This record gives sequence, structure tokens and C-alpha cells, in this order.
Amino acid sequence: MAAFEVSTFILAVLISVALIFFAVWNIIAFDDLKTDYKNPVDLCNSLNPLVLPEYGVHIFMCLFFLVGLYWTALIWNIPLIAYHVHRYTNRPVMSRPGLYDPTEVMNGNEMSRCQKEGWVKLAYYLISFFFYLYRMMSAILA
Amino acid sequence: MGTQGPGVGLMPNMAGANATPYMNNQYGSNQSNQLQNQMGKLSVQQTATQAVNLLDGRNMLPPQKDDINSSLTPDMQKKNARANILCCTLSNVPENDSLLKKCKLPFGILVHPFKDLSNLAVIQSSTIVRCRSCRTYINPFVTFTESRRWRCNMCYRINEVPEEFCYDPTTKSYGEPTRRPEIKSATYEFIAPSEYMLRAPQPAAYVFAFDVSFNAIETGYLKMACELIKDNLDKMPGDSRALIGFLTFNKSVNFYNLRNDQSQPHMLIVSDIDDIFLPAPEDLLVNLKENKEMIIQFLDSLPETFASTRDIHSATGAAMQAALKLMTATGGRITIFQTTLPSVGPGALENRDEPGVKSNPKDTAKLNPATDFYKKLALDCAADQVSVDIFQLSSQYADCSSLMCAAKYSGGCFSYFPNFHISRNRAMVEKFENDLVRYITRKIGFEAVMRVRCTKGLSIHTFHGNFFVRSTDLLSLPNVNPDSAFGMQISIEDNLTDVGLACFQSALLYTSSRGERRIRVHNLALPVTKKMNDVYAGANASAIALMLSKMAVDRTLTASLGDAREALLNAVVDCLGVYKSVVSGRSGEMIAPNSLKYLPLYILSLLKQTSFRLGSTANLDTKCYEMQQLKVMPFDVALLTIYPALYSLHDMTDEGAITTKSGSVPQPPRLILSGEKLSRVGIFLMDAGQEFYIWVGKDAAHADIQCLFGVANYESIPEDMGALPILDNSLSSRVRALIDYLQSERTNHANLYILRDNSKMRMKFITKLMNDRTESMMSYHEFLIHIQGQIN
Repeated sequence: MAAFEVSTFILAVLISVALIFFAVWNIIAFDDLKTDYKNPVDLCNSLNPLVLPEYGVHIFMCLFFLVGLYWTALIWNIPLIAYHVHRYTNRPVMSRPGLYDPTEVMNGNEMSRCQKEGWVKLAYYLISFFFYLYRMMSAILA
Repeated sequence: MGTQGPGVGLMPNMAGANATPYMNNQYGSNQSNQLQNQMGKLSVQQTATQAVNLLDGRNMLPPQKDDINSSLTPDMQKKNARANILCCTLSNVPENDSLLKKCKLPFGILVHPFKDLSNLAVIQSSTIVRCRSCRTYINPFVTFTESRRWRCNMCYRINEVPEEFCYDPTTKSYGEPTRRPEIKSATYEFIAPSEYMLRAPQPAAYVFAFDVSFNAIETGYLKMACELIKDNLDKMPGDSRALIGFLTFNKSVNFYNLRNDQSQPHMLIVSDIDDIFLPAPEDLLVNLKENKEMIIQFLDSLPETFASTRDIHSATGAAMQAALKLMTATGGRITIFQTTLPSVGPGALENRDEPGVKSNPKDTAKLNPATDFYKKLALDCAADQVSVDIFQLSSQYADCSSLMCAAKYSGGCFSYFPNFHISRNRAMVEKFENDLVRYITRKIGFEAVMRVRCTKGLSIHTFHGNFFVRSTDLLSLPNVNPDSAFGMQISIEDNLTDVGLACFQSALLYTSSRGERRIRVHNLALPVTKKMNDVYAGANASAIALMLSKMAVDRTLTASLGDAREALLNAVVDCLGVYKSVVSGRSGEMIAPNSLKYLPLYILSLLKQTSFRLGSTANLDTKCYEMQQLKVMPFDVALLTIYPALYSLHDMTDEGAITTKSGSVPQPPRLILSGEKLSRVGIFLMDAGQEFYIWVGKDAAHADIQCLFGVANYESIPEDMGALPILDNSLSSRVRALIDYLQSERTNHANLYILRDNSKMRMKFITKLMNDRTESMMSYHEFLIHIQGQIN
């Protein structure tokens, strides 16, 4: 059981590193959009294929928490899962997977929402990272 | 503080400022200060700062024609671009975001960049002078400093004045740069040198795609459209390189080879609509001038070719893809004539309309597109400099909201002629005919982009109109037409304290139909203020109403109709509430700044529009179309659509008549849109932007009826009389002169309907009496009381 806990949190640390990369990528992409380095079509083409993998990896990680019954880790992640589900069900009408519509992202409200989302997620993933790191260490030491 | 705001204190300076000529042709660093001082002083008009009591009967006058202009002082009107081209909701710009937020007024600009203009300064020179850092075009609001330098009014960089700029080609001498047309007028156009071309300017290119399903043939539009196109082939803008192509579609897509080297047009049928291809890529888009006989032969024969078709399908999506393929290399304009719901192939749509089921105001899904096919297609088109224009002639549900996306994101236009039928709906035929001719012959700009620059500290927040936003301030407009306008909401990001003037510049770079690259520039400069009172004094109620209508459309589509209505109501309650608390002192009165006295009226009228009415019986397509129209209509027409003008005809005098090219035109005063203004003995004209109504009272004088309609009495006025008969008497000629004049002021054709008490169209007229109470909406007076209640 201890071995499972150790491996779960090692995995969680690795996944949260990946998620941090996703968040940073998102922030950079929107910054590029705002400063004219990227046009909205390119932005959406580069970000949309990454949305579902990000959600998937996150849920995959949470499944391990569920199996191991690590309640704190699980409860910490439930709001984000709920947010992801809500965000994806309210996405614009699109035939391909993804969230971002090139005709919408240039609107002030939409852009600031996406930017804010990026920063909040980055903070969330960073906190998660340190939490998993702590759990991993304590599991190893135990 | 009493009735007058503190801004009135500036009044004594105004005469002096007015007397100073604006353009003192001198170099000198003090010019900038002078200019800013003048503008600062000019910012406040006496009348505008006065608070008025809206419930006082004397203030219940209808808005006047030039209201959109009124928030600027005459001097500023002269310096800036005309208000029906470029105007701002706030003529005194608040200096920071918190002041703007406090005022609760929307801040944005309305632009009609490609409006037909009669006198436009066209400048041809090898160098176009622009700011080196922000690329602003030199304009009347830059300041010239010593030693041949100028300071940019957007980013304040100091730039050099090039030698050529001082050269005056008319006098062939070097002189002051202030003599240049770029410095003298706020609206001008450059003929651009080759640096402004990414590729050789494209030729004018048109592809017409006709729906030839059974339904289409039944409406009889095809013959009419072909004839109109044939008659106007020579008037289509374009030089000797102009290209044209035709497609027809039902369950397959048909191409036509129109090269002159064959005996008759050759039809090529492609039935593989899921993977459309061009059967003869070289011959389908042909030179208009060289192959004219074949084109005429084709247009003559086309209606017969499909006269006996039984095919009910419509492969619109495939036809659009095919048309795009035809034009990928050149760019150009696709015109789709559609009479039914696209039913097969890519982009097929389903009937989402449930007639009889009352629409739920919370349900916005049906107002939004069902598929992103047309949106993606539009973006592909935009990337290839192609735009899609749609003429929708359907009598049944045709999912305009989905189809419209093709036009919306490619800079095209969408026109809707519901229930078009060649013999059963004469009014629609008349409208279609006029609008199509205007469409074919009007100016067009190809491969266009528009950039809107603002003074540092301001930035564009949200865009409204038909285009694709390519970056924060750049709009991609594959085609630009003279009949559509745009709106932009502006946000204040930095403090404007030391700025003095807030400037806006819209620059439209396009290829004319003659293959010239041109840049049309419009400028607007407005004083910045830190006083709330000045912001209110400079508010432009008409522009605010238009901006709010665009925002309300967005709100309806993203949230719900209920939300949008609440937002509209809150907009007026909030700003008048704040104003009251600032001015305060008087209770029991409904106070508004003079500048905003029509805002409640406009808001009430907006709430009564088909787009925003609760429990409206209008079908989905009409609603979508009307909402779309609010986003693109030119300002004057939009204002008339929101609050129509009512004139009394039977007692019209020549007082204030103006003289135009075609003679004297009477200018009767506008009346309040209320049933109490209509009398049984009178004849009234209502100008509702998209249509005219003449309402004839039951007991109108027989003589007047005879003079105007050429019939003996009230009962014999024909129900479907289209235009007024040309009769030789003073009443008839004056009324016709007035209607012709009103029609000439707009580019869309407005049908004339003549209404009796028992006419079927009567309800349309009645619902436009905005001041009156309706089943579900308050009268103007009740509305004011309601606002007052909300404020307290």
C-alpha cells in the first residue's frame, strides 16, 4: 500500500509538472495574441488540440487518488474537475475538440477571461505540485 | 449646484476660442498648447450642461435629424470627421477608467469607413507620412515642432517631416506642411505606393451562385436576378481585368464555362458534393469584358434551363466551397442567392423552428448557429481575401443564424427578403430589385484591412460588425462595402491626465475596383475632461443608443433576451441615477442632462424592437436578421429604425424648405410617435429607415386624397399601392419631393406602404408608435415614471 502511495504521488508530481507546462503555454499564447505575435486562427489551432489532453491527464491523476482513497488530494481536485466539465459543456459550437473560437478570442472580455484562467490554473497547479511533493516525501519517509 | 453644472464657468472663453482661426499656419511649439486649450474650452456647450426635467411636457420633443452631430460644438464638427462617418459616444472623454465607471455610460466609437462621399481629398504622393513607432498617418491633430518635426498625437513620438511633404504640387513650391490636405481635413484618402501591396492588386472578381432548387424556381427570383445582373453588367465596378463566374446549385453543383470560343455556355455538373472539385479550373472564372456575349447568352438561358426542375435539395455549403475554390488565387466576392434551408452536403442544416411554440426568452440556442461549418468557411474565405454575401429569399425557416456566419466573419453582407415571390409579393420584389441593383453597382473595396488607432492609454475592447478580428486593432475585411458600419467599445487602460486630446484614427487599406491600392483615413479628436459634469454634457445620446443596441444583441445571444432587456433598462437607470445624485437638489423631478434627454426614449424604443420585444411573434429568422442589422446599419438608418420619424403631410408648409438639385424639398417638423398626434382628418408619413408608411386618416379631406393618390375617396385607395402616382399638383409634388429626398439620404431602398384604417399592414405602423403603450410595454410617460421609481 505504501508503495502505491509513493508511486501515485510520484506520478502526480510528474503530471502536475506537465500541467504547469500546459498552463504556461496557455499564458504565453494569449500574451502573444495580445501583443500581435500570433493571429487568432493560429492561436486556436495550437491551443484547441491541447485542451482535452490536459483535462484527461488531470482526471487520470485523480483516478489514482480515488483508487488509493487519498481524500485530501481528491477533494482538492474536485472543484477543478467540475470547472473543466462546466467549461467544456458551455463551449462555443464547434465541430472539433477544443474551447477557443477564433472569432471570439479577440473580444476584450473573452481574452481577459482566458488570460485570468491561465494564471489561476498556474497557481492551482503550482500549489498542487508542492502538495504532491510533500505527500510523496512523507510517503517515502514513512 | 443648481440647474447648471460647473462647466458653464468656461463659457466666457468660448467666444474668444471661436474667433481664433483653428489653422494658424505657423510652426511653433505653442501650437500644441493652443490647440489643446481651444479644444478644452470648446468642450462644454451651455445647453448641454443644463439639466432638464423629462417629465415636463415641453421637453417631450422627438429627436431631430442631426442629433448624432449635436454633441460636438460647431467648431469641432468642422475639424473632425463627420459624425455619420466616425463618432464617439462621449464627446468629452473621461480622463481615467474610474471616472468612466462612475458615469455609467458606454464608451466606444462608431465607424462607417467606406461610406460614399461626394468630396473626398485624394492624395497621391510617393511617401505617405506616418509616425515611425505607432504607424499613425499624419493628420490634423499632430503638432508641428521646430525644425521640421512633428509630434504624433497617438504615441507622442517626434518624427521628421520629409522634404516632399512641404512641397505643394498645385503651386509647385515649398511651403508650410499645414497646407497639405492631410493636415487640413480629417477625412482623406491616399493612393498607396507599392509598399502597401503584399501582392499585385487583385482584379475585381465576382462569383454569383444561384439556388435552382424547385422552391427557387417557384419564387421566380432567378429570371429577375439574371435580368438585373445582365442589365447592370457594364455598371459593375471593375477595370479590363474584371473576372466573373457563375454557379448554380440544387442537389449538385453546376459550373459554367463561359469562354467566348464556344457556341454556347457549357454546363459542368458535379454531383460529388461531399468532396467538391473544379471540373475545369481554368475556364470557370472568365474575363467579364472579353466574354460578355457569352455571359449575356448564359444569363438569358439560365432561367429556362431549370424551369422544369423537380429537385428540392440545396447544397449551399458545397456551392460556397466551390465558389471559394474558384477564387482562391485572386480573392473577390461570392454572392449566394438562397431560397431554402441548405439540406444536403456539407453545411446541411435542420429545421429548428417550432411554429406555434412560444419561444422561451431564456432559450438562446436557436438564435445562435447550429454548426460552425459556415464560420469556418468564412475564415477560410477571409484568409483568401474572399467574402460571402447572401441574399436570403426564403418563405420558410432557413436558419439565418447559421447561414449568416458565412457573411458575418468574411466581411460580407446578409440581406433578407422574407416571403419573396415574383407575383404574390410585389413589395418584396420592389425591394429586391432596388437592393440588388444597388448591390451590383455600388463601390467595392477588395482585400481590405482596417486598423483603428487610439491615443496611448485607450484600447479597443470589443468589436461589432461583419469582419474577422485579426489582432487587437486590425480588422480583416476581404471585401468592404459602402453600406455597412462598425462599432468598437473602448476601454481606458491608462490615465489620460496629461493628454489633452483623445484621438481616434481609422485607416482602411483596400484595393479599388480599378486595381489601385488606397488608404482611406478618418480622424476624430476629442477633449479629455476630469469633471463628471463635462462627461455628461458631451454624451451623445444617439451614439450611446446605437452602441447599447449592439451590446444588447451580444447579450441576447450569449446570455438571454431577459438579460439584454434588463441591461438596457439598467443602462439608462444607472446613468440618470448617477447624474441625479451629482446634480441633485431637486426631488420629484425626472432629471437628465440635456445631452441625454432622448436616451430614455431611445431605450424604450429599443425595448420595443422586434429583436428585443418580449413575446414577439416574429419568427426566428426575422429576429436574427434584425439583430444582425442593428450591428451593421449606417447610423442614420439605424436611428430611424429604432425611432422612426413622423411627419404630417396634410398641413405641410414650405417653411424651412431646402433646395436640392431636383428642386425645393419641404422640411416638415418631426412629430412625437404617438397616436395622439394622428388625427382622423390628417395624412401622415412615417419614415422607419427600412420602409415608409403613409397613414391616411378616416376623415381625411377628399381633396387631399385626390391630390395625393389620384382616387376619389378614402375607400378607393388601393391596398397595395406601391409608389405615389405622379400627379401635377402642389401637394403631390411636395410629398414626392420629400420622400425622394428622404430616400436619397440612404442607400438601402425603403418601400412605401399606404395604410388605411383596415389595412393588413396597420399593425406594423401601430407597433412603431414608440411613445404609446402596447400590450406588453409601457408608454413613454410610464417608462419615465418607472425609471424614476428605479432611481429612487
